[in-house]
Amino acid sequence: MITVVLPVQLRTLARITEDVHLDLSAPPTPTSIVDALEAQYPALRGTIRDPATGRRRAFVRFFACGEDISHDGMDRSLPDAVQMGKEPFYIVGAMAGG
Amino acid sequence: MSNVRLLVGTRKGAFILTADAQRKDWHVNGPLFGGWEVYHIKGSPADSNRLYASQTHGWFGQVVQRSDDGGVTWETVNNEFAYDGEVGTHMFYDGTPHPWAFKRVWHFEPSRTDPDFLYAGIEDAALFLSRDGGKSWQELPGLRAVKGSLWQPGAGGMCLHTILVDHNDSNRIYVAISAAGAFRSLDAGQTWKPINCGLVSPYELPDPAAEVGHCVHSIAMHPARPNVLYMQKHWDVMKTENGGDSWSEISGNLPSDFGFPIAVHAHQPDTVYVVPIKSDGEHYPPEGKLRVYRSRTGGNEWEPLTQGLPQEHCYVNVLRDAMAVDTMDPCGVYFGTTGGQVYASADEGDSWVAVCRDLPAVLSVEAQVIP
Repeated sequence: MITVVLPVQLRTLARITEDVHLDLSAPPTPTSIVDALEAQYPALRGTIRDPATGRRRAFVRFFACGEDISHDGMDRSLPDAVQMGKEPFYIVGAMAGG
Repeated sequence: MSNVRLLVGTRKGAFILTADAQRKDWHVNGPLFGGWEVYHIKGSPADSNRLYASQTHGWFGQVVQRSDDGGVTWETVNNEFAYDGEVGTHMFYDGTPHPWAFKRVWHFEPSRTDPDFLYAGIEDAALFLSRDGGKSWQELPGLRAVKGSLWQPGAGGMCLHTILVDHNDSNRIYVAISAAGAFRSLDAGQTWKPINCGLVSPYELPDPAAEVGHCVHSIAMHPARPNVLYMQKHWDVMKTENGGDSWSEISGNLPSDFGFPIAVHAHQPDTVYVVPIKSDGEHYPPEGKLRVYRSRTGGNEWEPLTQGLPQEHCYVNVLRDAMAVDTMDPCGVYFGTTGGQVYASADEGDSWVAVCRDLPAVLSVEAQVIP
């Protein structure tokens, strides 16, 4: 069971107030996490990755164990602590603007 | 007795304002979709409880929301707007070719007869159609075939912001795009003709009278006269009496002919409303006085409507989709500002009251009469 933390705008959209817990059959990757999120919460479709290209949206970032792994590819493996549910997988709206 | 419902889209959510037929005491509900931009929210004429909302965010993209109970509850529907065939290029700000890319929905136009049928005008400019209440979307690609490679974005993006469907002949559709111009279809959107003859844009275009490329800000039509269109262009207020085959200027005595919205009285086809803005570089009312101008003669002769509106130190803007009329008698007129005010007039514009003063910047206002 892994834990996913969503930004407030996506929690609102998905009508959830807490972190999301996902039970994935295979070792998680950013792709499999987003796949599972979109399946569980269809309102999130297209909000984390562009539906036309499948690419992570430019202002969305993925963090694991305190590191920005956004540019490591959508199919990279995640740290053991995330896989074991000890650390959450963060989906973050990037800080931008002023 | 009928009620009036205002659907207000803002930079940080949507609001639904309701009042009885007197339109004096308003109930404000919202924000809906808080923190998200709501470019447009519109009800179906065929079912006033069916609403569609364009919820969008610079970080998280486009969401399409649908309500079947007048905005009490909402469900997300399909948010994938895939261009038909080869995407191709349009002209970018710097004059170089740039690939078309979907950004957001600017405007929904539901059918008058079928609540599941609606058009969507999007950025980068294209027209989409749904026949299943937003569960799927198909582009009507004939529009972009009309010299789309020469269209350029306006300052707000290359957006299809106006969709007008003839009430008596749904095959006849007008759309407007910033900055491409106005277009007409007589076959339900399959083929299109640019209708920009008479528009002159000396400050924006190398060829001031080009067939496409004009920065049209908004178009309005009275349902009884589908051949008569009123246009607020980047500069100039224009009118056509032949379905867009030719346009003539009707700016007349306006203090500025720059502006964004334009609306037609629900029962008087010659009565038109605009909100003059000082200039394209200064997006606020001339002299700091917020004035709606009304023409009862189809243009050229305009009177300022000021009662209840701030007449000093007012520096807000009124965006292109942020003015609407209702079909009550007397006709109600409404507009929202970038300062978060929503003004309502229950007497055809003679007097105004601020229904709200402190909403987020208003992007769009639509009015519904609820039986």
